[in-house]
Amino acid sequence: METLLEQIESGKLWQFPGGIHPPEQKAQSNQHPISRLPLPEKLILPLKQHIGANGSLLVNVGDHVLKGQALTAPGTNWSLPVHAPTSGVVEAITPMPSAHPSAIPELSIILRPDGADKWIELTPIRDISSLDNAQLIEIIHQAGIAGMGGAGFPTYVKADSPKPIEFLVINGVECEPYITADDRLMRDHAQQIVSGIEVLQQILKPQKILFGIEDNKPEAIAAVSAAAKHNQDILVRSIPTKYPSGGEKQLVKLLTSKEVPSTGIPADIGVLVQNVGTLFAIWQAVFEGKPLIERVVTVTGNTISQPNNVWALLGTEIKHLLDSQGFSPVDAQRVVMGGPMMGFTLPSVRIPVVKTTNCILAPDNKELAIPGEEKACIRCSACADACPQSLLPQQLQWFAKGKEYEKLEEYNLFDCIECGACSYVCPSEIPLVQYYRVAKADIREQKLEQVKAERAKERFEARKARLEREQEERQNKHKRRSPSSPAKAAEQEKVQEALARVKDKQSDKSAVQAAIARAKAKRGENGELEPDNSAIMQEREKRKAQARKYKEAKTEQVSSVDQKDAVAAAIARAKAKKAAAQEQVSSDQAPEDKKTAVAAAIARAKAKKAAKQAEEANDNTAEPSEAVQSTGDVADPRKAAVAAAIARAKAKKAAKQAEEANDNTVEPSEAVQSTDDVADPRKAAVAAAIARAKAKKAAKQAEEANDNTVEPSEAVQSTDDVADPRKAAVAAAIARAKAKKAAKQAEEANDKTLESSEAVQSTDDVADPRKAAVAAAIARAKAKKAAKQVEDTNDNTLEPSEAVQSTDDVADPRKAAVAAAIARAKAKKAAKQAEDTNDNTLEPSEAVQSTDDVADPRKAAVAAAIARAKAKKAAKQAEEANDSTVEPLEEQQSTDTEQAQLDTQTPEARKKAAVKAAIAKAKAKKQAKEQEGNEPS
Amino acid sequence: MTLMYALLALGALALVFGIVLGYAAVKYRVESNPIVEQIDAILPQTQCGQCGYPGCRPYAEAIANGDEVNKCPPGGEATVKKLADLMGVEAKPLAGGEEAEPVKKVAYIREDECIGCTKCIQACPVDAIVGATRQMHTVLIDECTGCDLCVEPCPVDCIDMVPVAQTKQTWKWQLDAIPVTQID
Repeated sequence: METLLEQIESGKLWQFPGGIHPPEQKAQSNQHPISRLPLPEKLILPLKQHIGANGSLLVNVGDHVLKGQALTAPGTNWSLPVHAPTSGVVEAITPMPSAHPSAIPELSIILRPDGADKWIELTPIRDISSLDNAQLIEIIHQAGIAGMGGAGFPTYVKADSPKPIEFLVINGVECEPYITADDRLMRDHAQQIVSGIEVLQQILKPQKILFGIEDNKPEAIAAVSAAAKHNQDILVRSIPTKYPSGGEKQLVKLLTSKEVPSTGIPADIGVLVQNVGTLFAIWQAVFEGKPLIERVVTVTGNTISQPNNVWALLGTEIKHLLDSQGFSPVDAQRVVMGGPMMGFTLPSVRIPVVKTTNCILAPDNKELAIPGEEKACIRCSACADACPQSLLPQQLQWFAKGKEYEKLEEYNLFDCIECGACSYVCPSEIPLVQYYRVAKADIREQKLEQVKAERAKERFEARKARLEREQEERQNKHKRRSPSSPAKAAEQEKVQEALARVKDKQSDKSAVQAAIARAKAKRGENGELEPDNSAIMQEREKRKAQARKYKEAKTEQVSSVDQKDAVAAAIARAKAKKAAAQEQVSSDQAPEDKKTAVAAAIARAKAKKAAKQAEEANDNTAEPSEAVQSTGDVADPRKAAVAAAIARAKAKKAAKQAEEANDNTVEPSEAVQSTDDVADPRKAAVAAAIARAKAKKAAKQAEEANDNTVEPSEAVQSTDDVADPRKAAVAAAIARAKAKKAAKQAEEANDKTLESSEAVQSTDDVADPRKAAVAAAIARAKAKKAAKQVEDTNDNTLEPSEAVQSTDDVADPRKAAVAAAIARAKAKKAAKQAEDTNDNTLEPSEAVQSTDDVADPRKAAVAAAIARAKAKKAAKQAEEANDSTVEPLEEQQSTDTEQAQLDTQTPEARKKAAVKAAIAKAKAKKQAKEQEGNEPS
Repeated sequence: MTLMYALLALGALALVFGIVLGYAAVKYRVESNPIVEQIDAILPQTQCGQCGYPGCRPYAEAIANGDEVNKCPPGGEATVKKLADLMGVEAKPLAGGEEAEPVKKVAYIREDECIGCTKCIQACPVDAIVGATRQMHTVLIDECTGCDLCVEPCPVDCIDMVPVAQTKQTWKWQLDAIPVTQID
């Protein structure tokens, strides 16, 4: 029994099943040597002309390139470079229709030849024996050589076979009709092909090299045999003409009797197949240093006048090839790329020649008839007989039509080489191969989707897991937070120690402060997180308490406002203005119900506390004034408490920030102003904020400290707010007590008169509880005034008069008018007496004026605002001591006060009162109208 | 006496088989419902929720529990048919009148309009969108399942569902491009 090798050496050939004998049609194009074409107008070079990945671009639009210059650099993944087929300029890099039945655009380099056809520097190699495999493979790789038989598999990958190669099979069969490219190449360049074989021989070291050529090419066989005579390992085999003996698997079977396993490659059985065109390209690359930039293309068909083989530069448009060979198209002209059996009809002739283009067939409609209508399968089994792969084409056809993809795979659809033999023999003209191609594409797509779905599922699961983990971590963090607090406390302790150290250094009292710091640190250790926050905490508590109070006030508030309250409120406001001018603000709009009054009182109390806390108690005036302001001015008592609370908190801050703060005059006045202007209670908060800001500034600016007057005023204020007559007496008493204190604090003893007057006043107030609030307010205003005046001791005369006035007012309502008149007279006098203090007179006038408006409580707020605006103006004008304007106002004022009192008078007096009130109202309205424009300012 | 023998023999047999079966039940225990796995394998895993379940597996479980098989628009008729075969029910047209062969789409973010809100990132069931807060986001086309869950949350509507471009690899021969008439 001969071994396989012996059998092969003896020239034995085997048979593959099936196969057909179509008309060869080769004589038209193989009669002349391969010709050269003129340079085309432009070259379209797709980046990808093979199986595998693109190279990365090396050139930009506008670059000038030389012939043979690499345009792309190969990366991984079976990528190959493409080279400039001639010298020229890169005109564009853009997607162009590809050499594919779909002509789907692919990224291509458009090269405009410059006509010089200038090569780059070449590095040919004379002796390959000095190079190792890697170097040779690298040369083949960089030359961009891909299988030129049709598939375009990168040759360097094949040459770098990890498996030992027993037989190198050279495919010079060219079984497909019409094509003669390999035939002509073998005839013209047999020597070079054999040299190319020897390169691969050195790399692969196969036992034998089998060169298969169909017996219809005797000239090629002769040429190759002559060229390969020197190499005993090259066995040239003439094989019987049969389609598709040029198929890789069929040729392997023919020459070696081995069968390539299903879905395998020839390398699996130690065989490697290379096309003659590829071998010629290898020779060129190695021995001439030229990359793959051109190939032999058969241009043939009945519509071509000079069918021939041509050297076509890669990227040459098919149209250029056809035109150069004399193309005269017929109706419904088809141009086929590849052979009639396996080629495809081009959708356009503006498609470039690529590395795998071996034939352009331009047949007329007689030689390659348009396929007729598909008829029913008659189950003749001719297709099965013709199939070189021993498949069952008819079965596959049914499954393909029914889209039974699993069945198709079961019947080895993927072993089909799409040779078209079945379609060729089918008497019913069923395009079997087309069905298989579609089915294959579908299955491939499905598998791809399966893989994708699998990946999506994985990613989905991974994401789910991640989200769960994150959630868990979050929960754990919450749990861990509490036990970890000791650690945090320790950290804070450290920080605090560090701070303490810093302070030690900075201050002279380092020892004391260090001690404090240490104490604090210890406290921190004991569990208190932030010892320094205690002050803030206290503040917060206070704020909370206030909020609570405010809530209560809100819920239990009585909405109805009676006239009396309004009057009282107006009077209170008037006094507040006075106070403001006097540098002590006390505006009391007589909160509409008990609760608000209480809240306001508390607010004030706190303000006082804050004032006391302030080391240098100068700023007190600023704070209380603000606090009271906000409560007073805000017509809506509900918001009053809130505003007051905020105001207080800020006032405290301001007080602390102020180092030396004396300018009570500045701050309160400003504060009052701003609040006064606010006709809309909603803007009260805003105004308060502004006022606060001003107060702070003022406090900082202030340099001297004289605020004894402040506290009493505050005390009085608080009593003002009390609208409830029952509490009036108490409040009045308190007010008095404070006033006394203030008086005592006063350095000079002029105030005895004041006190007594107040005392009297307060007792008076109690007589008629309703008037108590009013009286008290007046008293307070006076007390303030007095306090201030005490400093200069000039105004003593003024105060008693006022005191009397107030007592008068209250004593008997009937005498009120008279008393008021007297009071006014005295006030005028006093005003005149006051040389330096013009404002004193100005303010009361305003105050009373504002009460006028209260006759109509609804207009009270508006009027008050107007009055305030005027007061400001007046205050400014008063700086230059022009009292003439003041007095008439005072007159008016007096009538107003009378009117206010009349409200409470007996019916007899009421008539008069009504008249007076009417007059007063009319005046108030006039004024209001006059001042409407000024109000916002 | 014969009766006793018979009883003993049967009792012994019952005992032996009982032990064998009990052992087999433990040894060859099936962890999860195998039919769910099979259904899940058929579903397209877009995780789009168009079936009304939060993901493909929940729908697979629902089908195993008797839900309709025609609620998967991304799968198209092919999936319905496969599910119907597997479950032994009749294949129905897709619920909601969806097209039988859905066009494969992927999300595309118009990147200059993206404000970097990360809402789409949170919506994506397969983590196919990359980006960070106030940074431009983009879609990993290879990982996108075309579920369009990211379109709705986008506050600036900068996400489009774009049909996947055909390449030479995904191209199919057009049977109707050659004169073919179906003969059945």
